[in-house]
Amino acid sequence: MENQWFTISVYSENNVGLLNRISGIFLKRHINIESLNVSKSEIEQVSKFTIVVFTTEDWTRKIVGQIEKQIEVIKAFYHTDDETIYQESALFKIASALLFDERQIQNIIKESNSQIVTVSRDFFVLAKTGRRHEIDEMHDALEPFGILQFVRSGRITVTKEAMPITQLLEESIK
Amino acid sequence: METLNAQKPTKNNNIAMKITGAEAIIHCLLAEGVDLIYGYPGGAIMPVYDELYKFQDKLTHILTRHEQGATHAAQGYARVSGRVGVAMATSGPGATNLVTGLADAQIDSTPMVCITGQVPRHLLGSDAFQETDIVGISTPVTKWNYQITKASEIPEIMAKAFYIAKSGRPGPVLVDITKNAQFDELDFTYEKCTKVRSYNPVPKPDLESIKAAAELINNAKKPYIVWGQGVILGKAEEELKALIEKAGIPAAWTIMGESAIPTSHPLNVGMVGMHGNYGPNVLTNECDLLLAIGMRFDDRVTGSLDTYAKQANVVHFEIDPAEINKNVKADVAVLGNAKDTLAALLPFVKENSHDAWHKEFDKKYEEEFKTVIENDIHPTKPGLTMGEVIEEINIAAKNKAVIVTDVGQHQMIACRYAKFEQSKSNITSGGLGTMGFALPAAIGAKQGAPEREVVAIIGDGGYQMTIQELGVIFQHQIPVKIVVLNNDHLGMVRQWQELFFDKRYASTVMVNPDFVKIAEGYHIEAKSVSKREDLKSAVEEMISSDKPYFLEVKVEKEDNVFPMIPSGASVSDIRLK
Ligand SMILES: Cc1ncc(C[n+]2csc(CCOP(=O)(O)OP(=O)(O)O)c2C)c(N)n1
Repeated sequence: MENQWFTISVYSENNVGLLNRISGIFLKRHINIESLNVSKSEIEQVSKFTIVVFTTEDWTRKIVGQIEKQIEVIKAFYHTDDETIYQESALFKIASALLFDERQIQNIIKESNSQIVTVSRDFFVLAKTGRRHEIDEMHDALEPFGILQFVRSGRITVTKEAMPITQLLEESIK
Repeated sequence: METLNAQKPTKNNNIAMKITGAEAIIHCLLAEGVDLIYGYPGGAIMPVYDELYKFQDKLTHILTRHEQGATHAAQGYARVSGRVGVAMATSGPGATNLVTGLADAQIDSTPMVCITGQVPRHLLGSDAFQETDIVGISTPVTKWNYQITKASEIPEIMAKAFYIAKSGRPGPVLVDITKNAQFDELDFTYEKCTKVRSYNPVPKPDLESIKAAAELINNAKKPYIVWGQGVILGKAEEELKALIEKAGIPAAWTIMGESAIPTSHPLNVGMVGMHGNYGPNVLTNECDLLLAIGMRFDDRVTGSLDTYAKQANVVHFEIDPAEINKNVKADVAVLGNAKDTLAALLPFVKENSHDAWHKEFDKKYEEEFKTVIENDIHPTKPGLTMGEVIEEINIAAKNKAVIVTDVGQHQMIACRYAKFEQSKSNITSGGLGTMGFALPAAIGAKQGAPEREVVAIIGDGGYQMTIQELGVIFQHQIPVKIVVLNNDHLGMVRQWQELFFDKRYASTVMVNPDFVKIAEGYHIEAKSVSKREDLKSAVEEMISSDKPYFLEVKVEKEDNVFPMIPSGASVSDIRLK
């Protein structure tokens, strides 16, 4: 079986120790978490972990089984990239002088569909939402001019398929 | 749901009680039916020990000589009784000493609740004296854990801890309680936990998979059962027996499942795994249907997965969905408690006998008997064998003893040759292979089943890992029988060195102390034998004693355990010598 990108979605109680417990499952199998996002979900008081891994489907399935077994996990799923709509966000902090000196930067801003979040005397901040490779491309384009700070969020996803997640969850927590 | 108001002897019973967190912990334990716990005090748990002092008449606390001993004693207690074992320790080193027992209970699915004291809430994270992050440390080795920082959380969390430890696939739970939560007061009422919304302990059996399993059974020519501890934990012994008898299916066990069906049952064909019986291993690769019941295809059972039962349809009866297809792909997975699923299966199964197939097991047994078993239990060479000691114990105890084993050659020999008539009689550290397990586990086993004879079989290496628990046996006069099979080596490791490392005996030779004197130092009656003619009477004397008794048997120093599946080899390639 070949390595592939998988997005694991974990719906859980909001508990202090749970992140440690979940990350331990990856650690135990020596699998790197490529990206991690924790947020509230569509259901009140239920948290959602979105975890991206690059591994085989077999391992992903086993990991999801181990995750779902944890007491405070309500339900866990995994999906391939084809099955989801996914995005990441990034912020670029760049010296303000460049905005005026380098025409190229203005083009990059336009072409990348990014937004200027703030401009001050010393720096401006660009926000970009998109797929990882789009953010990577923008990063590569800006890098030669000098990036003061860069940060990228974990991946967030929703499934294409009308997954009756809410209903599924409600059933499993009834 | 049961509601229980704490009964404080000095105050009016009817009012919801204002009591300290420490006292609340005792009331929680009592409400869960706990009357015996193992542990070791220290600063961060002292308020609870103070309450234990006051509640001595209702709750016995056994001071083990090391916290690891407390966990193994709690495990031994849980394994013979089916109840939750409880261990308690202080923060820091007390808590970290629990880790081996937690890991053992986790991998062997033993219901246990461990309670640890913790530094006061305001000192958390400050590297305070005896602060360790035991919740962080114990996370991978617990089914669940939780840190209580407010007294008011105690009843609900304790109820949840017991429920989680014993429900579904059992396991260890650790509850860490900061010292302020032990001192502070709360309004105490107790409600047993019967449900946790995010937790589904027993998957609902699905009739379709049960029918599919029955169909495979009814069409199989060479069906074969391998059962594990799930049968014992699920109390499914009768259902399993009914199935094998009705369908005429030969059945073998993993060491964790041993004793669920009497050794003498004609369809009990023996032990699978690295040092298991010849037929059960080899014929795994010749059956046409493998029914795996409450077992998890550990690598010590399967050998190489690439060549394991590839020819067979596999039906996996399992309570834990994460075990399905983890190691061996199941053609049919039957989820649920084995007691329920086997009971549901039985009416769909046709009567059968499979005589020719049984004969294949008989033939293989004869081969193994001639090359291995006979020499093990009726040796003609001068040195004593571990096998003949086990055989003498079988005879003296009339196959009725609970056998508690440590880890190594003696463990494999004991599992191979001990005979059982009753379930929950073989207590061993299977998944973790924890040396030092047996002595404290035997204490727990005897206290969990006081009416039964409990014999611990231990190697000279493992014995010295928890030997200090002799203090508990002496202080409380716990009448366990301790047999040390002394080969002056770390026998199992020495065997591997002999077979796979050209006899380079790196650090496996031991110069041992006078074990009899040590036992006598604890005022435990003790004897040592090294001659065959003394063995029988020594074992008889030990079994007939109603007190703690220590027997050292000096066995052959360089014997090997066979058969053996070399690690990574196929079950078909099991070696008889
Ligand atoms: C705590 C621990 N450390 C190391 C081991 C590795 N180990 C497995 S068997 C064994 C030898 C056991 O020797 P002994 O207790 O004398 O029993 P014997 O094999 O001689 O019967 C060792 C060191 C282990 N299982 N547990």
